[in-house]
Amino acid sequence: MSTQVTTGLQVRRSVQLTIDDQSVTVAEGETILSACRTMGKEIPTLCYGDTITPKNACRVCMVEVEGSRVLVPSCSRKVEPGMVVRTDTERTDHSRKLVLELLGSSVDLSLTKNVARWNTEYGSEPTRFGKPAAPTNHRDEATTGHHHVADGSSVSNVLQPVKIDNELYIRDYSKCIMCYQCVDACGEQWQNTFAIGVAGRGFDIRISTEFNVDLTDSACVYCGNCIQVCPTGALMFTSEHNMRDAGTWKEEEQTQTDTICPYCGVGCALTLHVQDNEIVKVSSPSDHSVTHGNLCIKGRFGFQHVQNRAE
Amino acid sequence: MDLKVNSSVATRDERDAVDSVLGKPTQYTQGGQRFEQDLRVSRAGEALRNLRHMLLPTLHAVNDRIGWISRGSINYIAQQLDIAPAEIYGVASFYALFSTTERTMRQVHVCIDLACRAMGGLREDQLPEGTHPSPCLGTCERAPAVLVIEAGNPARHEVLAPATPVQITALAKGAWPDAEATVVSATPQVATDSKNLVLLGRIGKVDPLSISDYQEHGGFDALRKAMQLGATGVIDEVNASGLVGRGGAAFQTGRKWGAVAGQPAFPHYAICNADESEPGTFKDRVIMEGDPFALVEAMIIASFATGCEQGFIYLRGEYPRAIRNVQNAIDESTKHGFLGANILGSGFNFALSIVRGAGAYICGEETAIFNSIEGYRGEPRNKPPFPVEVGVFGKPTLVNNVETLVNVLSIVKDGGAAYAALGTEGSKGRKLFCLSGAVAKPGVYEVEFGITLRQLIELGGGMRNGSTLQAILLGGAAGGFVGPSDLDLPLTMEATRAAGSSLGSGVVMVLDQSVDMVDQLRRIAAFFRDESCGQCVPCRVGTVRQEEIVSRLAKGVQAQDIELLRELGTVMRDASICGLGQTANSAIDSAINKLKVFAQ
Amino acid sequence: MVGLATVFGAGGGTSSYQEVETTDLIVMWGSNARNAHPIYFQHVLKGIHNGAKMYSVDPRRSETAQWADLWLGLNVGSDVALSNTIAREIIHAGLTNRSFIENSTSGFAEYAASVEEWTLEAGSKVTGVPGEAIRELAHALGNAKTAQICWTLGITEHHNGVDNVLSLINLALLCGHIGRPGAGLSPLRGQNNVQGGGDMGALPNKLPGFQDVEDDAARTKFENMWNVTIPSKNGWNLTQMFEAMEHGKMKSAFVIGENPAQSEADGAHATALLKNLDHLVVQDIFLTKTAELADVVLPGSASWCEADGTVTNSERRVQRVRKAITPPGNAHDDIQIILDLAALMGHSWKYDSSEHVWNELRSLSPMHFGMTYARLADLGGIQWPCFSEDTLEPSYLHGRLWAQKLEDRGRLAPFSVVIDSPPVEKTTPEFPLRLTTGRRLDSYNTGVQSGGFQSPLRMAETIDMSPEDAVSMGIVDGEIVRITSPRGTVDAPARIDDGLRPGLVFMTPHFPDEVDTNLLTIEAIDPKSGTAEFKAAAVRIDKISKSDIRVPVAGE
Repeated sequence: MSTQVTTGLQVRRSVQLTIDDQSVTVAEGETILSACRTMGKEIPTLCYGDTITPKNACRVCMVEVEGSRVLVPSCSRKVEPGMVVRTDTERTDHSRKLVLELLGSSVDLSLTKNVARWNTEYGSEPTRFGKPAAPTNHRDEATTGHHHVADGSSVSNVLQPVKIDNELYIRDYSKCIMCYQCVDACGEQWQNTFAIGVAGRGFDIRISTEFNVDLTDSACVYCGNCIQVCPTGALMFTSEHNMRDAGTWKEEEQTQTDTICPYCGVGCALTLHVQDNEIVKVSSPSDHSVTHGNLCIKGRFGFQHVQNRAE
Repeated sequence: MDLKVNSSVATRDERDAVDSVLGKPTQYTQGGQRFEQDLRVSRAGEALRNLRHMLLPTLHAVNDRIGWISRGSINYIAQQLDIAPAEIYGVASFYALFSTTERTMRQVHVCIDLACRAMGGLREDQLPEGTHPSPCLGTCERAPAVLVIEAGNPARHEVLAPATPVQITALAKGAWPDAEATVVSATPQVATDSKNLVLLGRIGKVDPLSISDYQEHGGFDALRKAMQLGATGVIDEVNASGLVGRGGAAFQTGRKWGAVAGQPAFPHYAICNADESEPGTFKDRVIMEGDPFALVEAMIIASFATGCEQGFIYLRGEYPRAIRNVQNAIDESTKHGFLGANILGSGFNFALSIVRGAGAYICGEETAIFNSIEGYRGEPRNKPPFPVEVGVFGKPTLVNNVETLVNVLSIVKDGGAAYAALGTEGSKGRKLFCLSGAVAKPGVYEVEFGITLRQLIELGGGMRNGSTLQAILLGGAAGGFVGPSDLDLPLTMEATRAAGSSLGSGVVMVLDQSVDMVDQLRRIAAFFRDESCGQCVPCRVGTVRQEEIVSRLAKGVQAQDIELLRELGTVMRDASICGLGQTANSAIDSAINKLKVFAQ
Repeated sequence: MVGLATVFGAGGGTSSYQEVETTDLIVMWGSNARNAHPIYFQHVLKGIHNGAKMYSVDPRRSETAQWADLWLGLNVGSDVALSNTIAREIIHAGLTNRSFIENSTSGFAEYAASVEEWTLEAGSKVTGVPGEAIRELAHALGNAKTAQICWTLGITEHHNGVDNVLSLINLALLCGHIGRPGAGLSPLRGQNNVQGGGDMGALPNKLPGFQDVEDDAARTKFENMWNVTIPSKNGWNLTQMFEAMEHGKMKSAFVIGENPAQSEADGAHATALLKNLDHLVVQDIFLTKTAELADVVLPGSASWCEADGTVTNSERRVQRVRKAITPPGNAHDDIQIILDLAALMGHSWKYDSSEHVWNELRSLSPMHFGMTYARLADLGGIQWPCFSEDTLEPSYLHGRLWAQKLEDRGRLAPFSVVIDSPPVEKTTPEFPLRLTTGRRLDSYNTGVQSGGFQSPLRMAETIDMSPEDAVSMGIVDGEIVRITSPRGTVDAPARIDDGLRPGLVFMTPHFPDEVDTNLLTIEAIDPKSGTAEFKAAAVRIDKISKSDIRVPVAGE
């Protein structure tokens, strides 16, 4: 009987480096972030997700690497032998503080995990840039390369009305930090539907369907893989959105149970989020070899048949 | 892919425009007619995915013909290229020269940038109806400048400079500018010191459209010499010359060439970065307009030395005459066997084409160029991996600026040692400076490294009549200001670095007492806000906050705002992905610290 | 499953999902996985982005076909003709894997002789696919280092579905695309536990773990454990059961979690037979059309969220399902219902949990022995076979065929001579259109589950037709038309789909209460698998006036 494990396993060499004066050995191909995590060091991350190639767009995970003129994104920089890394210097702390302030002053981070704690830890005060400008519903009409010159009386932000154009999920781009994960999940990295892209440029950059059409007119197939990767609550099940609006969303009372999708024979892993014996949301474990966190419309939203109960 | 396009259909003109680049569709699924064979077979997959780099030229074709890019045309492009409409929309909406909303055929782009506003040009709030503001048009020697684009078949592009408000209003109402001033007007040295010029040596002497004229003036001699030296021999000479990149980053050219040549992965690509967009910079434009064959010859040599069989000149969309002249040079060179297969019987094959930019300063960043050429949004990539290993199309890529490349011609002809003997220890060879603003004879000046600011201004005829020097911007918006006390600063890499400034792309913009420095700083801040690609937080939000704070400071100086700016500058410099964000605060910082612009 | 079991002795896909990500060539044959198996298709897309070429064989230019380097739009039911033609081309081009054929297969000469008549011209004539396209696919298969041949119901739901499968296995054997990493055969299962049902012995000829009912030693093992005598002859498959009902030989039925009144081809006939039974017990989570016919209905629980247990997916991965919510009202856990029934029949079965049942299975089925509940949880499921608690087997099956020594190769894989056999129901002047069926992305089977949620993508049932047919019949998009087959008539709105060619129309089984597509389909059964020819009926479309639109009654 064979004892061979799965195919394609390659032997990876190990790499020794120094992080905050401690020597650490990790496998070749690991990132500075993963090396830090194996040491039990917390590096804040916002745009990083474990199923998507790091975009290193948020720049909150920056560390100092000896020999590098600028700071280095730990989420994507691969370890190198002899690398000397510092994760908690004045420069890294300043950088994190400012990134949290820049995002906090322009985006609604109320549902982004850990932000309140990090704000305290790094002394971030997002309000110190000034009075926030009023929400606008014109962000989708921006002219590339042009803006109304700021007069400095208020602080620009991305606050805007919630987009509700279908029964299954909502898009609240006031909460969007432009991590690109939804676009990558919808696009080449997973779903390959490309219903949404990044449009515009600079501060007018936004997640958009072509010409900002409603999802129902777009290529969207409602797999919800964008919701799965969204780190800020900008993309959300309608069920969760409505419960939050009604004040009945109680995450601390919810259970999460892993099971398998009841539809086709692929066998996708589901995590059922249950509150008061009701499935209120479905996610998928990101480390599962079948799904990698991805589902289709049936797996993601097709759970209602077990709870359309006669009153 | 399983494309979903909505019911909007391209007009006949839109289809024609797309087909002019991509050819008529050969399959029903790509938007063609439905024939018998379409009922039984269709082809998509890799064959169509390999066409992604055709997206940018196709968008240009529609924008040129129609004036804007409609849903119908995006649907048709989607079918032809098998790219989702949302992706195409994302690319189209990245570039300032494209529009995804309907607009008039006539677009009047009025430069409101640093040199033009310093020379009495209009500000954004003074523009006549029917015109709109533009970042620096790279015509600073004749400021203020206007670019007029008239969509049609063919589209017409023309620059008018200098342009008066009356002329601008006329353009908006349908007038068309007279022929542009000759290139030689941008090189005052040609009239007085012609024989000592090398980089500018042919400008004004040869017909830039004539390959025989070029050859009669030493054209392609360097290429012949290069073929004798062999690839390694050429790289040795470039190494010996001490040449460093003239685009701003000042990396050793020979080392870069050697690195690309040594890459085991193939093919290798060569890219000429001709996306000259740094405010105040116009030297590359002048070369491309006045001596375009020199750039083509230099590209052939660079590619020969580094083993590239395909090259791109990524040329700014706002440079219509440079595009025309370089395209002519490519066509003529191909016709005469300098491009194509088996060049000069050497067995070396090389194809060269222009990729026209579409209004994005960021695409001058060496990795953003790759994304733009490949048909993606022109966002910079993370480094490492570096372009010499993983560049355009994921292959080893040489990226050099126009000025860097044309320097190679004399290095190959006269030897690297001769070149290295010029200039200073830390800055070898010749340098082009873009002298603009309040001098008597603004233009591109070719000098040996080592002259001082004062000497350069004197070379430019000194200050304009009645002008008193207030400040000088070195290196453009991404560079820094110096004051009247710095006039004896040698214009070398080492001296400017020591003075906390930078030569950057060779901008020397002279501002006199009439210039409102606060207005200049607000424009710099606005420029970076407009041109940030938006990818990373420090730059995307940082440039906005910077503009807001500068505007606030303009109304009244508060100490905490100065401190906020300093903190912003630090995070942008430390944590931005690319050079744009990293330098977005440097000019403002120098104005505050050196010139004390916001001193209380 | 029958085809794979016949050739290799194991009724399971031979590869793993991840192998399609690193293979050189992917052939999606009779499979619109993009819609019907979306997450499997994500693995396919990884493969494509990693440089694999993908070919799609499907009468419709489906969403899957739109991703293909080349789509081959064959005539419905001409799969054997196409695969035989490909085989002949591979043989004549010298692209076979000779050493593999010699060392690891049997029956090649006879097979080669049988495909000799299938020249590109002959194949093109029968399949409708240009010879050049057939040649291209043949050469791609012959030249690929590794290839994955994937199929779904487009292959199996034919009167000769098993032959179709065998014909694809032949292609894999010809080129040695089996038993190596990245090379293999991947049938995609239609339901989440079709594979598991077979694994657990819910087949008339198998005990759990694919042990043969007619194998005395295997039977004895189970008899000893269960202390009963197991019938020594194979039982009936579903088709045979319906036949038995028809002949009065089967008088009662216990149906668990199936809706045959709506899911069987020729639904009206199936309903009549079920009505005729002396006693019908249905255990389900809904009062389905079948349950409405029942004498006793036992409310069960939703196995995937109201109960604990295991299911097996298309890559033979056994995975845990878990109870997340409590079933409503009087609904009970299915295991409990069975235990209660046993108790009422005088047997005291003692199982205190699903794990208890599972551990008994492990003790009886060697291929499941290594799969403890704890390991299943830790490893995100385990693929069978898994013989011991501390090892895992390769992710692909039948590596033995490549063994150096003959004795390690086991039974050599036989080529099968398969004969082209067009659909049972020919199109005729009276029924000139070929109706084929399939799934849409957001719906599933008869809609019992997928009907529960609101989908922005959902269209009600339509009859999809080519633009050419719509024009020639004067039908506009959305117009309600009448579709008639020799068995029945339904009305449905027309939907114009340019993925269809003239003469080919398409419907789904998703909305039987509104449009009962299976009133049209033919009950032409593959005797080897018991699967009906859902993919090929002959129909006519008539324009009707508004007042004439009929509201169909299922089972009428």
